[in-house]
Amino acid sequence: MLSIKDLKASVEGKQILNGLNLEVKPGEVHAIMGPNGSGKSTLASVLAGREEYEVEGGAVNFLGNDLLEMSPEDRARAGMFLAFQYPVEIPGVSNANFLKTAVNEVRKSRGLAAYDSKEFLQIMKEKMKLVEMDKAMTQRSVNEGFSGGEKKRNEIFQMAMLEPTLAILDETDSGLDIDALRIVSNGVNALRDGNRSFIVITHYQRLLDYIVPDFVHVLYKGRIVKSGTKDLALELEEKGYDWIKEEVAVGA
Amino acid sequence: MSEDLKILDEVTNSEYKYGFVSNIESDNAPKGLDESTVRFISAKKNEPEWLLEWRLKAFRHWLTMVEPTWPNVHYPQIDFQDIIYYSAPKKKPTLNSLDELDPEIKATFDKLGISLIEQQRLAGVAVDAVIDSVSVKTTFRESLRELGIIFCSFSEAVQDHPDLIKKYLGSVVPATDNFYAALNSAVFSDGSFCYIPQGVRCPMELSTYFRINSAGTGQFERTLIVAEEGAFVSYLEGCTAPMRDENQLHAAVVEIVSHTDATVKYSTVQNWYPGDKNGKGGIYNFVTKRGICLGDRAKISWTQVETGSAITWKYPSVILKGDYSVGEFYSVAVTNNMQQADTGTKMIHIGKKTKSIIISKGISCGKSQNSYRGLVRIGKKAENARNFSQCDSLLIGDKCGAHTFPYIEVGNKTAKVEHEATTSKVGEDQIFYCNQRGISTEDAVNLIVNGYCKEVFNQLPMEFAVEAQKLLAISLEGSVG
Repeated sequence: MLSIKDLKASVEGKQILNGLNLEVKPGEVHAIMGPNGSGKSTLASVLAGREEYEVEGGAVNFLGNDLLEMSPEDRARAGMFLAFQYPVEIPGVSNANFLKTAVNEVRKSRGLAAYDSKEFLQIMKEKMKLVEMDKAMTQRSVNEGFSGGEKKRNEIFQMAMLEPTLAILDETDSGLDIDALRIVSNGVNALRDGNRSFIVITHYQRLLDYIVPDFVHVLYKGRIVKSGTKDLALELEEKGYDWIKEEVAVGA
Repeated sequence: MSEDLKILDEVTNSEYKYGFVSNIESDNAPKGLDESTVRFISAKKNEPEWLLEWRLKAFRHWLTMVEPTWPNVHYPQIDFQDIIYYSAPKKKPTLNSLDELDPEIKATFDKLGISLIEQQRLAGVAVDAVIDSVSVKTTFRESLRELGIIFCSFSEAVQDHPDLIKKYLGSVVPATDNFYAALNSAVFSDGSFCYIPQGVRCPMELSTYFRINSAGTGQFERTLIVAEEGAFVSYLEGCTAPMRDENQLHAAVVEIVSHTDATVKYSTVQNWYPGDKNGKGGIYNFVTKRGICLGDRAKISWTQVETGSAITWKYPSVILKGDYSVGEFYSVAVTNNMQQADTGTKMIHIGKKTKSIIISKGISCGKSQNSYRGLVRIGKKAENARNFSQCDSLLIGDKCGAHTFPYIEVGNKTAKVEHEATTSKVGEDQIFYCNQRGISTEDAVNLIVNGYCKEVFNQLPMEFAVEAQKLLAISLEGSVG
């Protein structure tokens, strides 16, 4: 579904990704961990098509298409979803209105009829349950005045509405208390259906107790330097990153 | 330049692609302005002597005045002797059906959701449907008359209701008020008159559209609205359809009188030709709009959506004379390309416990300049008066400007005056967030700007609000289809 080959990218003239390789198959959950500044969020931004990030080399294939040639909205319409680390506020635009525009845009690109208001409300009601979201939140302006936890919940709610093929969660656990973490994780798990794939970017093993990954990768200096299973995350939790940095230094 | 900015640049730099250029068959007054021009206009309109005198007085005063230079707008000197001050009813080209209409204009109409009948009226199609619409208008007029409501052209009102005109004309905006008001008072061509008798709630939105003889209101329009005790009226001026005019200078005057317990709601959508991309051509819109809350608990509410004109210079104001009276001003002003707008309001608190609210939303794109200028004055006797002002500016792109000039004068210690102002940019982060959810950049800008204007659109009558939203989208996108 997603195949990243030798991806190199820079931001403001500084190279962050240095030949990253990753293969994601349908239904898989990949966790990406790594020390600060290793390029985790850059990877998410490059995949979503944020333009401040300059792709210097490599190739990304998404569902048979050259992802790097696609506009951000086309990537989204093709089924890529990014749960933002810092969701943006859009004053005066209700969450419901925003989502209706987005969902119908995505449907249009797939040749499906737009939902009318009644259908849309019905679907929204179902998906709200996934993240234990209050109805009032759909009437509030997008993320405006939301607490950190509410913003993250809203991201997962949007993901549920947009039904992506690949979801990238960029430090969705940051700033969440235990209850919010549980709610968000339950939401994500409910959306695991054997076909939908996830890339979960996180600093903490804790999240992976809730969202159990198939693979764990360590990103360091812009490359994936170690891959393993869930156990790798536990090992990292225990030992930190120094031993990996040493391995890389020896290998180099 | 980043990709988003490029797209923004493209969408905000497009030219105004529609509008009418009409062939004029007229019997015009000769170019230029002197007393004989004023007499010519008055005679053409068969006006009573007192009105001629009123015009002449205004004209003589105008001669002693100088053009104001304080607004934050720049334009070449206007030659007032190079203007035709009277031209007889204009004719638009007559079409046999809408099929003959320029497809681009048709597309604009469709995009704005203008009904077929109205499209035909605007395009000047000479078919039965238009006759139907005239009979629709007549029906409206009949039902209004039963309630004692007068709604007619200013010229008709001068003939049929001279006492009311004599009583109220110039009572809110004196003929000598300012340079352009004086000019208007001397040479005004026509306009609207609206009178709501005591205790009557006008059952429909009064729109200039339903007024017979509304064609050719001209460049010096005069509107007078009077609401007697306990009356209510919602008045709509303009329409979202693009308007083009041969006359570059427009100097209208609107006066509103709201008596005890009466409410007048005045909504404007202004979409005059803004000139080309380089600022050539375009209408100068120098308007004086003012209302007075004469009695206790009277209310006047202005709502405006301004998207057109090369230069806009306009401050719909309220004099809060009656105790407990209320003044409101809700405004969205969009400037694009080389447009300049200096607009805002004045709230003059005289009565006790008077209240005013100002919500102004400026949107600048292209290389335009958008200024808010507002005065809140609390008089000595205005015990416990209150004002709340919120002036927000939104910038799209990096070549435009937004300015705020608030004036606050408080003459009574018990007053409470609040002023909030913000300036923001449509952020690349916001656009990217929308993009990531599958929404195109153009739609994202519309969504964000509409959200920003929501408080003002909420004040518009329902259908007008829907049209205004579409108009905003078109103004930002600048292209049709």
